[in-house]
Amino acid sequence: MRNPQLNKHGELQHLLTLDGLPRDVITAILDTAAPFTEVAEREVKKLPLLRGKSIFNLFFENSTRTRTTFEIAAKRLSADVVNLNVSTSSAAKGESLLDTVDNLCAMQADMFVVRHAASGAPVLIAQHLQATARDHIHVVNAGDGRHAHPTQGLLDMYTIRHYKRDFSNLVIAIVGDVLHSRVARSQIAALTTLGVPEIRVIGPRTLLPTDVERLGVRVFHDMSAGLKDVDVVMMLRLQNERMNGALLPTPQEYYKMWGLTQEKLALAHPDAIVMHPGPMNRGVEIDSAVADGAQAVILPQVTFGIAVRMAVMSMLAGQ
Amino acid sequence: MRIQIAKGRVIDPANQVDRVQDVYIADGRVVGLGSAPAGFEADRHIDADGLVVCPGLIDIAARLREPGFEYLATLETEMEAAMAGGITSLAIPPDTDPVLDEPGLVEMLCYRAKKLNRAHIYPVGALTLGLKGERLSEMAELVEAGCVAFSQANVPIVDNMVLMRAMQYAATFGFRVWLQPIAPFLARGGYAHDGEVASRLGLPGIPVAAETVALYTYLQLAKITGAKLHVTRLSSAAGLALVDQARAEGMDVSCDVSINHLHLSDMDIGYFNANCHLVPPLRSNRDREALVQGLAEGRINAVCSDHTPVDDDGKQTPFSESEAGATGMELLLPLTLKWAAEAKLPLVQALARITSDAAAIVGITKAGHLAAGARADVCVFDPAAYTTVSREALKSQGKNTPFLGLELPGQVRYTLVEGQVMYGG
Amino acid sequence: MQLPDAETLCRQLAAQMRPHVTPDTVLVGIHTGGVWLAERLQQELGLTQPPGAIDVSFYRDDYGARGLHPQPQRTEIPFAVEGAPVIIVDDVLYTGRTTRAALNELFDFGRPARVELAVLVDRGDRELPIAARYCALTLPESLPASQNLQLEREEDGTLTLRLIDA
Repeated sequence: MRNPQLNKHGELQHLLTLDGLPRDVITAILDTAAPFTEVAEREVKKLPLLRGKSIFNLFFENSTRTRTTFEIAAKRLSADVVNLNVSTSSAAKGESLLDTVDNLCAMQADMFVVRHAASGAPVLIAQHLQATARDHIHVVNAGDGRHAHPTQGLLDMYTIRHYKRDFSNLVIAIVGDVLHSRVARSQIAALTTLGVPEIRVIGPRTLLPTDVERLGVRVFHDMSAGLKDVDVVMMLRLQNERMNGALLPTPQEYYKMWGLTQEKLALAHPDAIVMHPGPMNRGVEIDSAVADGAQAVILPQVTFGIAVRMAVMSMLAGQ
Repeated sequence: MRIQIAKGRVIDPANQVDRVQDVYIADGRVVGLGSAPAGFEADRHIDADGLVVCPGLIDIAARLREPGFEYLATLETEMEAAMAGGITSLAIPPDTDPVLDEPGLVEMLCYRAKKLNRAHIYPVGALTLGLKGERLSEMAELVEAGCVAFSQANVPIVDNMVLMRAMQYAATFGFRVWLQPIAPFLARGGYAHDGEVASRLGLPGIPVAAETVALYTYLQLAKITGAKLHVTRLSSAAGLALVDQARAEGMDVSCDVSINHLHLSDMDIGYFNANCHLVPPLRSNRDREALVQGLAEGRINAVCSDHTPVDDDGKQTPFSESEAGATGMELLLPLTLKWAAEAKLPLVQALARITSDAAAIVGITKAGHLAAGARADVCVFDPAAYTTVSREALKSQGKNTPFLGLELPGQVRYTLVEGQVMYGG
Repeated sequence: MQLPDAETLCRQLAAQMRPHVTPDTVLVGIHTGGVWLAERLQQELGLTQPPGAIDVSFYRDDYGARGLHPQPQRTEIPFAVEGAPVIIVDDVLYTGRTTRAALNELFDFGRPARVELAVLVDRGDRELPIAARYCALTLPESLPASQNLQLEREEDGTLTLRLIDA
């Protein structure tokens, strides 16, 4: 079965997942993002690349922050942006996902940025567009269920490359609720493709997916052991719902065992950087002292995120 | 009508027959094999040269979607699919709407099927009212109305005390209890086999424990109550091992597998193909291989289609939002032949799993074999002809098959029910 | 075809520009040949302000047909464009579309006092109303569209012109 991200010439048609995306494509996206970072420093923070194009933000799951960064990125490319918060519109009235998409295509959409609670929803949309001969419309996955958050994974890679240059000699740790995290899955996919020699996941068994080692990672339950000599610490957000469903007892115990404090960070390499996709739960997965400390690169991640999303949209729309 | 089926390779697993010979049919029964009975004059000749002639196939799980789900399929459309698939008898699970827990409903269903005059139906009644797992259904009345066994379909009973009582009550009469091993809380919220594929795709998983924990419970309760247990749709090597162990300890228990689990594993989900969203879920390739082997050795007694038509609305959605199930009656024979080739099993043994062995599970004696006196339910097929599975070719209203585009062996040429040609010619 | 010596042309171009350049003049080279040329001209003309560099990938008018250039470089303008006398520098002037893109991009940085164009070689076949104020050589005949004329820089810094297949 053809990878739904690629068109029949093997070119990137959609960005749905980093899993299976060739290394040279990932690298090209990172390379393209670099020049986009300086646009934010100009007086006129706009490029004419997507002028006249309509980008529809199709968010079935609420997310102001992700939607905003995509909106900023699209507008900096001079695109027209339409925000659809579907929880308040037709889907709530029972319209199917593909019917909603067909309606929007009839309104001359050029690109869909899709966030959905169900894993695979953007893939379904991309396959539907292909099956109905609408190859000029592109899909960007802004996060689907637990499956993937490819632009987040890419901006995380961009951040690592910015501070560490070379992927081939890094030890990287991903800490927290990997089981429910689409961010973690995209990070693991990208890190393995880019040749990072050691990728660690750290967390309790209840928050690690079955057979996670087969994704190419080393499992640690003890954070002190897991952080030793690490070059990059990637923290994941812990959602409050995890206390229900008997996955964790309390946030307090979680913080004690897997929260990132300055003491625990000191076990990592002295030049280690600390990343977080946001929003942070201060005092749960990360200490304020660390979040606001010198090793944290959380705010630069946000800036890089806009450039990376500009790069992705430009590369897709230029196909 | 008197019919002579000439020169076919007659394969009758029940009687260990695999021989080129003629079959003679009159008054809805098989009246002779090999040589014509005295004074027999055929009204119709069927040339079966190069074809296999076997008992009409018996599918022990096929959802015809009536009553209640007529927008998905009707008896009319699905009976055509059965005929095209060479299936002359089929057992229907109780998860219709309303559920098959009312004797009047079962009678009406049987009546409707009889009027259509296609395949014979054998309804499986609901073990508890509404399948809710609280109150027993009127099992004796339901059997009188036509039910051959009792099950919960895919809705397991949560309260084990109720389950035990239900099995005990069924055992009073010697009624069969068919159970799908699903431990409700372990399977809850899951959509795919809990393993590497589900982890990679971010799909909540259903661990093998959801099957084995439930299965162990059912086996224990069957032992205690003396109920005749049949385990439906095994999906794992560990589940099959539990059945083996129970048999080794002297228990009389049967089990089946669906054509889907014989040929597919969780890897076939690919890019979230909702046609692979099934209950139970497709598991690992090692589980699949154990099921292939188990069916070959007869440790799994029968294979069924688990025919479940779902419309496009139910499948063209994200995986976790899609309705589970695959259409399959028309693929029962081709996929059984494909399995037989993989398992290197001679046809006379392989076809048993969809004829005589399946008949034994349902309790059919008059069909599933071709000895003189048998009901003339016959399937004539070309084992060497291939078809590509396509939406257009399927007669079922359900086009939801994970085997789309595949080329499969075995084309049915004729299907006879009680000596009448219902398909072909 | 015998290509002229780029070093010589460079000196000739600087000589054309010298009478018109003031200490406030800023140069902006277009990647990549124009950037090298601008750096050389800065030295030759004795300007203190290092030249800016513009990558026009995001302003090209053929984005819809040909997509994004695979390796866009960074645009860096280390001075205020607002009110400045700017000279855009490019190695070869051809259709004029690159110059138009550079102008559009430049104006997103501010409103210059005036903009002039300096090129090493004008190969004709203009498709837009663009002209170079300063030009070292105008080719007498068109080159085929299948060929690219571009400036290259050796390891020791020497500039040469090269004709390659597009």
